[in-house]
Amino acid sequence: MSTEPLLSIEGLTKHFPIRSGLLGRQVGAVKAVDEVDLAIEPGSTLGLVGESGCGKTTLGRCIVRAHDPTGGRMLYRQPDGSVIDVAGLQEKELKPYRAQVRMIFQDPHSSLNPRKTLREIIGEPMRAHRYGSKEEIDERVGELLDRVGLRPEYANRYPHAFSGGERQRVGIARALALSPRLVVADEAVSALDVSVRAQILNLLRDLQEDSGLAYLFVSHDLGIVEHVSDVVAVMYLGKVVEQGPTEELYTRPLHPYTEALLSAVPDPDPAAKRHRERIKLLGDIADPAHVPPGCPFHPRCVYARDTCRTEPPPLREVGGRRVACHLAEELELRGVPDPDVREVKA
Amino acid sequence: MFLRRPTKEVGTLPQWRLMWRQFRRHRLALAGMAILVPVYFVAIFAEFFAPMSSSTANTSMTYAPPQALRFSGDLGLYVHGYRTERDPKTYEQRYTEDPGQRIDVGLFVHGDEYELLGLIPSDLHLIGPVTKGEPVFLLGSDQNGRDLLSRLIHGARVSLSIGLVGVAASFLLGMLIGGISGYFGGGVDNAVQRVIEFLIAIPTLPLWMALSAALPTDWGPLTRYFAITVILSLIGWTGLARDVRGRFLSLREEDFVMAARLDGVGRLSIIFRHMIPSFASHIIASLSLAIPSMILGETSLSFLGLGLQAPAVSWGVLLEGAQNIRVVANAPWLLAPGVAVVIVVVAMNFFGDGLRDAADPYGNRRVRRGRRRRAA
Amino acid sequence: MAADDVLLEIEDLRTHFLLDDGVVCAVDGVDLRVRKGETLAIVGESGCGKSVMARSILRLVDPPGHIEGGRITLHREGGPVELVGANRRLLRQVRWRDIAMVFQEPMASLSLVHTIGSQIVEAVRLHENVGKAAARRRAIEMLDRVGIPMPQRRVDAYPFELSGGMRQRAMIAMALSCRPSLLIADEPTTALDVTTQAQILELLRDLQADFGMAIMMITHDLGVAAQVADSMAVMYLGRVVEYGAAEQVLAAPRHPYTRALLRSMPRLGRASRTRLTAIKGMVPPPYARPDGCPFHPRCDSVVAGKCDVVLPRRVPMADREVSCLLYEEEA
Repeated sequence: MSTEPLLSIEGLTKHFPIRSGLLGRQVGAVKAVDEVDLAIEPGSTLGLVGESGCGKTTLGRCIVRAHDPTGGRMLYRQPDGSVIDVAGLQEKELKPYRAQVRMIFQDPHSSLNPRKTLREIIGEPMRAHRYGSKEEIDERVGELLDRVGLRPEYANRYPHAFSGGERQRVGIARALALSPRLVVADEAVSALDVSVRAQILNLLRDLQEDSGLAYLFVSHDLGIVEHVSDVVAVMYLGKVVEQGPTEELYTRPLHPYTEALLSAVPDPDPAAKRHRERIKLLGDIADPAHVPPGCPFHPRCVYARDTCRTEPPPLREVGGRRVACHLAEELELRGVPDPDVREVKA
Repeated sequence: MFLRRPTKEVGTLPQWRLMWRQFRRHRLALAGMAILVPVYFVAIFAEFFAPMSSSTANTSMTYAPPQALRFSGDLGLYVHGYRTERDPKTYEQRYTEDPGQRIDVGLFVHGDEYELLGLIPSDLHLIGPVTKGEPVFLLGSDQNGRDLLSRLIHGARVSLSIGLVGVAASFLLGMLIGGISGYFGGGVDNAVQRVIEFLIAIPTLPLWMALSAALPTDWGPLTRYFAITVILSLIGWTGLARDVRGRFLSLREEDFVMAARLDGVGRLSIIFRHMIPSFASHIIASLSLAIPSMILGETSLSFLGLGLQAPAVSWGVLLEGAQNIRVVANAPWLLAPGVAVVIVVVAMNFFGDGLRDAADPYGNRRVRRGRRRRAA
Repeated sequence: MAADDVLLEIEDLRTHFLLDDGVVCAVDGVDLRVRKGETLAIVGESGCGKSVMARSILRLVDPPGHIEGGRITLHREGGPVELVGANRRLLRQVRWRDIAMVFQEPMASLSLVHTIGSQIVEAVRLHENVGKAAARRRAIEMLDRVGIPMPQRRVDAYPFELSGGMRQRAMIAMALSCRPSLLIADEPTTALDVTTQAQILELLRDLQADFGMAIMMITHDLGVAAQVADSMAVMYLGRVVEYGAAEQVLAAPRHPYTRALLRSMPRLGRASRTRLTAIKGMVPPPYARPDGCPFHPRCDSVVAGKCDVVLPRRVPMADREVSCLLYEEEA
C-alpha cells in the first residue's frame, strides 16, 4: 500500500451554530465534527461508521466541500504530487478539486433532478468543467451508462422511469464522469433493497479495481462497511473513537463503543443467536449540542470509571491502531467471532 | 389482470407531458378548462361575437326583457318583437312579446363596424338582426337600451384580462422579491417577510378604495385600467413571494441542488436551470388560483364605482347598473354579469386545482403510497 | 383444520390497488398462520406486499387499495371471528384489544398535540371500562415496563420531546396497554440505529415472555428476523414463497429467492473483501409482474418453459411450505 496518503485530514472541525432569540444570537454550537484526523490512501477504501448524529455525514460533506469546515486542514495530494490544503479554498478555487473528489448520495430519488434526462444529469459535470464538445460529452455519457450497467439508449429517459437501484447507478455514473480519484459514498446503498444492494456494492468494487479509485464509505451498516473497507474508523459524537485495519477492528475491538456496535448487529445466522450474548448499551446517543464532559461515551459505557467522567481520552496509538479510550490496554473486548470458529462451535 | 400497462415511451416524456397525463385525470379541472377556453376565445374576439357594439343604444327600448330565440325550418332564426305600453300610473314602460311581429336573426350578419383586434376593419357579427338597428336583445337591455349580451361579451375582455395582467405583474414582483428573500436569507429575508406581513395585515377593501380614490378622475379608461391592475397586483404578490421564498429555502437543501454545486455548476445556472424549473409549475398553478381573486377584486371595485367607469365596460361596471333594488326587481337580467363572474371564477378554481395537482407529476405517486393512518 | 393454538389464520388473502396505470396485486393469495405466543417474521424487499398484508388484517389499507378476497380468521376467547368483511364495530373492538399495531415511524401514528400518557389513557378507556386514574396508573406502569426512565414524568411528555428509540418504546407501551393477543410490528426498528434497534428487539422479546402475546414482525432485514422469529415467511411480489420455522429456513433455505437473498447479504466476520453473489435484475414494477412464478426472471434455477408459465403452488414439506416448481415433484 502506498505510503503517501491521497487525502489527509488534520484536526478537521465543523461546528453548526445554534441561534436563538429574535436577533438570532449564537448561543452555542453543535460540534458535528470535532478535531478529526484521518488519512485516505490512494486506491483504498476507508469505512466510516457510527450511529445517526455522530457526524459521519458531515465529515463526508466537508471532504467534498459541500460544507465549509470551521477549522483544521485537508491536505490533498494532487496528481502531480504537490499537496494543497483544500479546507481554506474559496468556492471558485475548488473547481479542479471537485472534479477529482466526487460524491454519491444516499437517496437515489432526491439526488437526481427529476426534470433532467440522464444525458443532462450525467453530462452536467462534464459541461461545467468543459470536458469537450457536445458530441464528445454524449459519447462519454453512453460509455458511462454502459460502465455502470445501464443501456446507453436510456440517456434520453428521465429518472422517474428507473428503480432505486438503477438511479443509484446513474448517480455513480455522474460521480465517475470526470474520472475522479476519490469518491465519497454517503450511505450509498442504505436506501436500496437487499437484492439490489449487492449489485451496487459489486459495481463499486469493480470500478475500484479498474481505475484505482479511493472510497470514503460512510455507512451505519457495519456488515457492509466490513465488506468494502480496508480501514475502518468509528465515530461517536463528532470524534473518531477507534480506527484500524478492518479485520483487526472487527475481531478485536479496542473501544467499548465498537464492541457495543458490533454486538448490536443482527446476524441472520440462526447459530449466532444462540451463543451470542448482547452487550448492554445504556440509554440513547447523546445530543451533539450537549456533549458530556470527559469521555463522550462514558454515560453509555458499561466499563466507565471515574477518570472517564472527567478526562477526555486522547486518540492514541495502541498496537498499531488508534483508539480514544483510557482503558484500551486493560479491557478484553469481544469482536465478531471468526466465522470458521463459530461454525465449529455451532 | 393488469389493465393498461404504461407505454414504453413514458420514461422519455418531458415534464409537461406528464403533467398533462396527470391533469387529464382531474375531471373537474377538465370541465373548468372546457368552460374557460371558449370564454377566453369569445373575449378575445368580442367584437365579432357580440351582436352590437357596447355603446349602441336604442333609447326607446330601455330595460327590455330578454327575447327567446326561435327557430323554424322554413323561416330560420327569428325573435318576436316587443309590444310596449306605458303604465298609466307609474309611467313605467312595459314590454310584452308580440307573436305577430317577427324579427329575422341571422348568423354572420353585417352590423356595427369595428376593427377586429384593432387591425382588421369589419362589420361582420356572429349573430344579430338581419336588418341593422332592429331590436334584438337576447339577454335584455339596460337603462339606456343597450344590448346586455353585447356588453357582457365586451366586458368579458376587460374583466378576464385584468386577472391575467394583474397576475403577471404579481408574478414578476413575487418571483423577484420572494427569490431575493429566499436566496439571500438573513437580514434581507427578515425585512421582506416583515413588509409582507404588514401588507397582508391591511384590510384589502379599504386599501383598494383608498388607492383608487387617489387616482385622478380625468384619467382615460385605458390608464385607469392599468392603474387598477397595478393596485390589484400590489396586494397579490405577497402570497406568491412567500411561496417562492419557501421553495427556494427547501430547494437549497435538496440533494440534487447540492449535486449540481459539486458538479461545478455556477450559482446563476443552479438558480435558473435547476431551482426555478423545479418550482415553476407549482407557481404557475398557484397563479391560476390567484386569477379568480383578481377578477373578483376588479368586479368589487367597479361595482363600488371605484374601479373602471363608464364608458369602459367590464362585468363590475355592468353590475354597478344593477345596484338598485327596484332595478333588480324589474330587470333581473341585469344580474347576468354576476352569473358570468361566478361561472368563470368557479371554472378557474377547478382548473387551478387540477393544475396544482398535476404540477408535480413525480411526487404524487410516492405520496399516495406512503400515506399513513393511525391504528385506532 | 385450525389447530388449537392458532391465533390468526390468513387464507388466500388478496389485496389489490386500482391505480391509474393498472391493477396492482400487492397481496396475491397469501396463506399464513400465527400461533398463540409465537413470533412470525414476514420478510421481503420493498414492494413485496408485506406491509399491505399486515395492514389488511386490521383493514388499514388506504384507497385505492381494497381487499379483493380471502379470509382472515381471528381465534379469540369468545370464538373465531372473521375480519374480512367485518363491520366497523367489530373491527374497532378487535383493534387494540385483540390486535395492536406498531409502525416504523412512531411520529406518524402518535398524536403530536397530546401527551403520551393521555393517548394511552384514551386508548385504554376506549376499550376497557376503567376509570381515568386507573388508566393513568396503567399508562405509567406500561411506560415503566417498556423501559422508559422516569415514567411518572414522561407520562406527561409530548412525543416530540422523546428520542426516536423512546418514542418507539412509548408506541409499544401504547399498543400493549390493552393486552392484545397479537402485536403487529411493521418495520419497528428500521428508522433506528443499530444499538437502539438491538434494545427494542430485546424489549419485544422480554415483553413477549411477560405478556405471552404473539408478534407479527414485518421486516426487510433477515438479521432482525433471525433475532426474534420463531417462524418466518419470505414474501416476493405479493406471494409467500417460503414459510416455515425460522431457524430451519435461515439455516437451510429451500426457495431460490430465500437462498439468493441470504447469499447477497454481507455478513459480519465473513467473506470480507470478496464479491457478493448478487441477485440479477431488480424487483419488477408492481404493474408489470412476470407471468408464471413471479421470481423466474431473476432465478438461477429457472426451468424454461415451466417457471415462466405455471404459477407454482404451495408445496408442503416436513418443516415448511415452499412455492417453487423445483419441489413440486418431490412432494
